[in-house]
Amino acid sequence: MTFEITVDGRPVPARPGQTIGAALHAAGIRAWRTTRVGGRPRGLFCGIGICFDCLISVNGGPVERACLAEARPGDEVTTS
Amino acid sequence: MTVYDLAVVGGGPAGVAGALTAAQRGLRVVLVDSGVRPGGQYFRHRDVPDEPATKGFERFARQVRALEDRADVMTRRQVWAVTREDDGFTVHCLGGAAVRSRRLLIATGAHDRPLPFPGWDLPGVLTAGGAQALLKGHGVVAGRRVVVAGTGPFLLPVAAGLAAAGAEVPGVYEANGGLGLARHPLLALDKAGEAAGYLAALARRRVPYRTRHAVVAAHGDRELEAVTVARLDRDWNVLSARRVPCDTLATGYGFVPQLDLGVQLGCATRPDADGTPVLSVDAAQRTTVPGVWAAGEPTGVGGRHLAEIEGRVAGLSIAAARGTAPATRAAGVPDVLLRRRTRMRAFAAALLAAYPVKDGWRGWLRDDTVVCRCEEVPLAGIREARELGATDARSAKLLSRAGMGWCQGRVCAYPVACLAGGGQAAPRRPIAQPVTLADLAELTLEEPHD
Amino acid sequence: MSDVIVVGAGVVGAACAYYAARAGLDVTVLDRGPVAGGTTGAGEGNVLVSDKEPGPELELALLSSRLWRELAATGGGFEYEPKGGLVVAETPDVQERLVELAAEQDVPHEVVPADGLRALEPELAGGLAGGVHYPQDAQVQPMLAAARLLRHGADSFGRGALKVRLGVTVTGFTRSGDRVTGVRTSEGDMLAGAVVNAAGTWGGELAARAGVTLPILPRRGFILVTEPLPRPLIRHKVYTAAYVTNVASDSAGLETSAVVEGTPAGTVLIGASRERVGFDRTTSLPVLSRLAAQAVALFPALREVRAIRSYCGFRPYCPDHLPVIGADPRAPGLHHACGHEGAGIGLAPATGHLLAQVLTGRRPDLDLWPFRPDRFRSGEDR
Repeated sequence: MTFEITVDGRPVPARPGQTIGAALHAAGIRAWRTTRVGGRPRGLFCGIGICFDCLISVNGGPVERACLAEARPGDEVTTS
Repeated sequence: MTVYDLAVVGGGPAGVAGALTAAQRGLRVVLVDSGVRPGGQYFRHRDVPDEPATKGFERFARQVRALEDRADVMTRRQVWAVTREDDGFTVHCLGGAAVRSRRLLIATGAHDRPLPFPGWDLPGVLTAGGAQALLKGHGVVAGRRVVVAGTGPFLLPVAAGLAAAGAEVPGVYEANGGLGLARHPLLALDKAGEAAGYLAALARRRVPYRTRHAVVAAHGDRELEAVTVARLDRDWNVLSARRVPCDTLATGYGFVPQLDLGVQLGCATRPDADGTPVLSVDAAQRTTVPGVWAAGEPTGVGGRHLAEIEGRVAGLSIAAARGTAPATRAAGVPDVLLRRRTRMRAFAAALLAAYPVKDGWRGWLRDDTVVCRCEEVPLAGIREARELGATDARSAKLLSRAGMGWCQGRVCAYPVACLAGGGQAAPRRPIAQPVTLADLAELTLEEPHD
Repeated sequence: MSDVIVVGAGVVGAACAYYAARAGLDVTVLDRGPVAGGTTGAGEGNVLVSDKEPGPELELALLSSRLWRELAATGGGFEYEPKGGLVVAETPDVQERLVELAAEQDVPHEVVPADGLRALEPELAGGLAGGVHYPQDAQVQPMLAAARLLRHGADSFGRGALKVRLGVTVTGFTRSGDRVTGVRTSEGDMLAGAVVNAAGTWGGELAARAGVTLPILPRRGFILVTEPLPRPLIRHKVYTAAYVTNVASDSAGLETSAVVEGTPAGTVLIGASRERVGFDRTTSLPVLSRLAAQAVALFPALREVRAIRSYCGFRPYCPDHLPVIGADPRAPGLHHACGHEGAGIGLAPATGHLLAQVLTGRRPDLDLWPFRPDRFRSGEDR
């Protein structure tokens, strides 16, 4: 049932239909972005696409919300 | 391009009921939703059935199946704008897709309304809805030891769900209180069983439910390690406090209706009972803009039952309005439905009155407490904006950047309005979702009239 | 009683108050809303000399450019960025005209050949014919600029020299014969030696309450704002030559030109549109679409960058595109400082400085004749 994605090179399991944010959170990775000004850690907050705290980049693309991006096998996720 | 009779934005209880009702009466309907499948925030679910099943889910699933037979259901579509055309509306979705329709039903739901407090931006602090979405949508338990805090009956199913899924829940902290279950507004209707059931479930798992308590600070280095739980007075001032270790906090103080599309189109708004701006609708769920209906939370937060009824009323009214002169007040809508709506709205108003946000929360903040998470504006920044001449949320935003970032104030508009003064204004978001300049540039639109 | 009442807490009113207080006058600023709640709050913060035709407005812009630099050095706090402007030409013909204009302006500039553009702006599209670089062009955060000027003024020139009263609506004027002796407000009458109309786009309306005509009309402009970028993509204020001609245009219809620049917050601001539609705030997606198309044409790297918001404002413009600055002989005691169209942020300090000279009976550093309030013939306000 599960497949793998990588987050900054590190393998993370995900299930079909799961978002990347949910997969990260389930794997115990709860902080993956640092803020522009204060360098504060951020991860999921609203979980439903409202707050934009959980931004990631998938396969080199522009930043997007981890809580909305569906995980696909082999996705290479990078954080900032 | 196909021009539908009706485009419904939002696939929760209101949108699905409205779309299905109209489709059953012969209208060509399209429903557009941002999720992987219809459901909205309440009926968020995985492919596999929930265990235990969300109340009312079977009924909703049947409606979705019926709708899929009669209408186009477009999922994974985020609407960033709606524009008026000569013969109706264009619904613009991210990725360049657009839907044309003669009429529009706005059923865009609501999202959590968090309050700021020191440490609320630490990873591990989630909105109650976020914790619920992880569980129901993805089968992920938000944490091992999860504190639930805020106000309103929504905390109960969140806590009960987490406990049932195996999380340790050290406590559910309800900032309001004093009503007691006997006078609880949930008892006023058929919701009594639901609330009592959650409370019983929590009691069975020895999860304490404390009224007049709140989480007033979160602690941790890079992630949440503990929260400060305070006993509150009636106005939410802190009376005493203690530290509760936990790795996760699920918090929410009511809901913010999503009005962006209605405001874009120029629909009038009104303050709801608690001052929250909502779309004004008449007895037939019509907004003030011809051809635009609204149902569910955007017309006032009232939960899934009211949302479904409003959706059905809207669907009937839209069907009745087809091809005729402006419909009478609520033509084609059975009185029984209207009476149920009246009762549910009274119930919603009672809930708003029973679970207000009291001013004492401002005392939880320190000068360096982040208020706007996107632009990292602390309380001191809002205060400085006031000293520089801001008198309301908009001017506070212009002078402090609070609400100017990625989320466009969806998270902080409420606290900023409270802190800046001047009341809550309807959100103006001409671009409701971030849209690439390429997509924006390549819109095919009529040139504006000079 | 104050020496001066300034009506309007936008950037022009703030500058008038600042310089009047600096000149020793007691000033009270009134606004029906917050500080910078009108056109100032909807601007980009341009401090430009590059887009000004040679003549009185360029003189005003040059003075203002120097004063902004001074203000930034003495008080600051409003994100003053002397980043320079780069006007680019799509065709050799246009480049020729740009070079001619720059020579006539006689301000510091550097003609940039086509192959030199990317040294200044690495992300610029290929195929441009060249440009002109104006090192004096700068940017401020306009709301903070207005607010900080008021604050510095209140803090610097003696206790009580500059007071701000917000939420006060001016409903009319007190008179003694012809003479304006103060204002009638929602909070009662307030007397002053002089009243300054710095009501921006609403300046004509205010003047009418004193029985004088000022043909100031709103010209709507939209600005698109992108997501914050991790690294600055755009270094200067970059705009196409069409901006210069549109600024001076009399057309009522929609005109757009690409004006693109980064901000200290990491966002990119994209303008500029101009149209005469009254005070209609309804967002026009076609206008936003055109702005996006022009920006992407100029900077292809912006294609995948997302717009996260837009805002619009109403630029106060007069038929001859010059502001109104000075005493109004038709209503002695009333002075005007409004009608700066899209250049109000840039021209504010010079306007305030010159008006303070008028208010204190000194000879203004620049001839205010081109800006006189009674220069419009009646019927010329359309």
